[in-house]
Amino acid sequence: MPDDIKQTIIEYIKKEYLDEDSTDEVTENTQLITSGIVDSFSMVSLKMFLEKKFNIKIPDEKATPEAFDSVNNIIKLLKEFTQEV
Amino acid sequence: MSNIGLYDDKYKNFEWNDSAKELELHENEAKNIGYLCSDRICEKGFGQKLALIWEGFKGEVRRYTYDDIRLHSNAFAHYFTGLGLKPGDRICLFMDKIPELYISFLGVLKMGGIVQPLFSAFGEEALLTRIDDAKTSAILTTKKHAGKVRRILDKLPELKHIIIVDAEGELPGKNEKTYSMEKAPKVEHVDIYPVEPETPSVLHYTSGTTGKPKGALHVHSSIIAQYITAKWVLDLMLDDIYWCTADPGWVTGTSYGIIGPWSNGVTQAVYDIGFSTEKWYAFIERNRVTVWYSAPTAIRLLMKEGVEAVNKYDLSSLRHLISVGEPLNAEAVIWSEKAFGKPFHDSYWQTETGSIVITNFPGLKIKAGSMGKAFPGITATVVNQSTFEPITETGMVGLIALKPGWPSMFRTYWHNKEVYENKFKKGWYLCGDRASIDNEGYFWFVGRDDDVINTAGHLVGPFEIESALLEHQAVAESAAVGKPDPINMEVVKAFVALKPGFSPSSDLELDIINFIRKKLSPLAMPQEIEFVPSLPKTRSGKIMRRLLRAKEWGQEIGDTSTLEDE
Repeated sequence: MPDDIKQTIIEYIKKEYLDEDSTDEVTENTQLITSGIVDSFSMVSLKMFLEKKFNIKIPDEKATPEAFDSVNNIIKLLKEFTQEV
Repeated sequence: MSNIGLYDDKYKNFEWNDSAKELELHENEAKNIGYLCSDRICEKGFGQKLALIWEGFKGEVRRYTYDDIRLHSNAFAHYFTGLGLKPGDRICLFMDKIPELYISFLGVLKMGGIVQPLFSAFGEEALLTRIDDAKTSAILTTKKHAGKVRRILDKLPELKHIIIVDAEGELPGKNEKTYSMEKAPKVEHVDIYPVEPETPSVLHYTSGTTGKPKGALHVHSSIIAQYITAKWVLDLMLDDIYWCTADPGWVTGTSYGIIGPWSNGVTQAVYDIGFSTEKWYAFIERNRVTVWYSAPTAIRLLMKEGVEAVNKYDLSSLRHLISVGEPLNAEAVIWSEKAFGKPFHDSYWQTETGSIVITNFPGLKIKAGSMGKAFPGITATVVNQSTFEPITETGMVGLIALKPGWPSMFRTYWHNKEVYENKFKKGWYLCGDRASIDNEGYFWFVGRDDDVINTAGHLVGPFEIESALLEHQAVAESAAVGKPDPINMEVVKAFVALKPGFSPSSDLELDIINFIRKKLSPLAMPQEIEFVPSLPKTRSGKIMRRLLRAKEWGQEIGDTSTLEDE
């Protein structure tokens, strides 16, 4: 999996979901949902971003809190729908 | 045998004074909630009993006895007084679900302050609106959320103290100071502010159809209702381990996440974590949770993972399950019986009522999908929406109405008496919800009577969303309505007409969605935007949300004779 895709997702999460003053780091293993960085409502906007970025459609039943709980999990999910990652 | 015993007997014979007596209050006497939830429990010999078991999402664990929360809340009260804060000052708590939030709540009350809890996911605009309205003097927060406060501080001249509870050393911002609960000296004795029954205690903000969010003001005697409802509806007993999943930024998290369990001397467990089926079940197993108060949205998410996920854990400690926030669908009740061997009991109340008013009681037959029956001491009915007279016909839908006078009822909307008075018609308090009553006295929820959106059990006001939408550079006009959602009951959908020079696109949709999420909160964030050339309006220019909402719900549009384009 190209690192730049992982980095794109991490950068998007930092820009959109962390406070602009935050010094917190986000890595591919950071817990996103359980830590509250992305809550279950905000998952909708993250899903929308991924769908746009990778030109895919993620079915709602696949968009679970567990599937979105880390960048690594997200990458795993994306692999089901696109060759790009 | 449950605490309430026989419902019919209790409903016939109960008086609120019976609950006051259990709290050792004389008639028309009040004691500080801070005292009743900590010192009183210690005086009864439970000082070394655990009051709080807290776990963080990284696996950290902190435990506090009743004596710990007494001493720490004394220290908070002492600290606030030392800052020059006075009884009646509004002190905002703006934190995730950390122990400091729960314990400082008692500290504010002990020094006579009014607690203003705010949901930590609120964005700057939502925070500004509520702090500005309350003219808040101090805010307790954490490093994670302090940036939002810093960015609005210049607009809040009354906000003199920003207290960061997890920082040390020099702080960058104006008016900022640090306070470490763990490091501050414990205070054995503090002069607890002597309260009257009507002394203000908690100011919770809630949304309406029109105008900005309103602060529902509660008083110290509210504990008389919160104590007894926690005992009879949540069925809390001394050996219970109780878990309330609600955030104290909302009323459930204070009435039943702090006051209810601690006034009953019960051990409560708190998990500061987002939703996770596996981790939630593991938390119940690890802490041997016996009573669980959660919400339909969470239950429906658990249902998605099925009974298989339940079976991986030993959840045999659970003995009583209750739900709140939005109507609990019959499927969820039936599923919980299958999954946990016991049903979730739906409970109905709202910010303004301060405590549970209609509910399914332990020991009373549950009709799956019903709200249950009125709590003893509460006179509840449904009234005709034009005449406001009680409806006597079984099954006929009307407005849920309560006879004023129960102890935890809000006393006013902060500086908004007119809107407060408007909630009362012909001697009834109107909840703003529609329901029917069946031939056995069970209430059945039908829906809201206004345009307020109930998403995952939280009320979101369309006006606040529409105002924020107009601040986006591309938005000319907008309407926010609730659309059906299988998990959250409703989610926000916005209809947006764009300014000249902007065209609909998925990029713009995502940009607008994120704009609202950051400005207000994830709850207020539209989960869908429909771009429209213009919005339906009355001839006087008022946007007809009703039509848009009806379309989303597949309902009859009704009378459109006042439409602009007709």
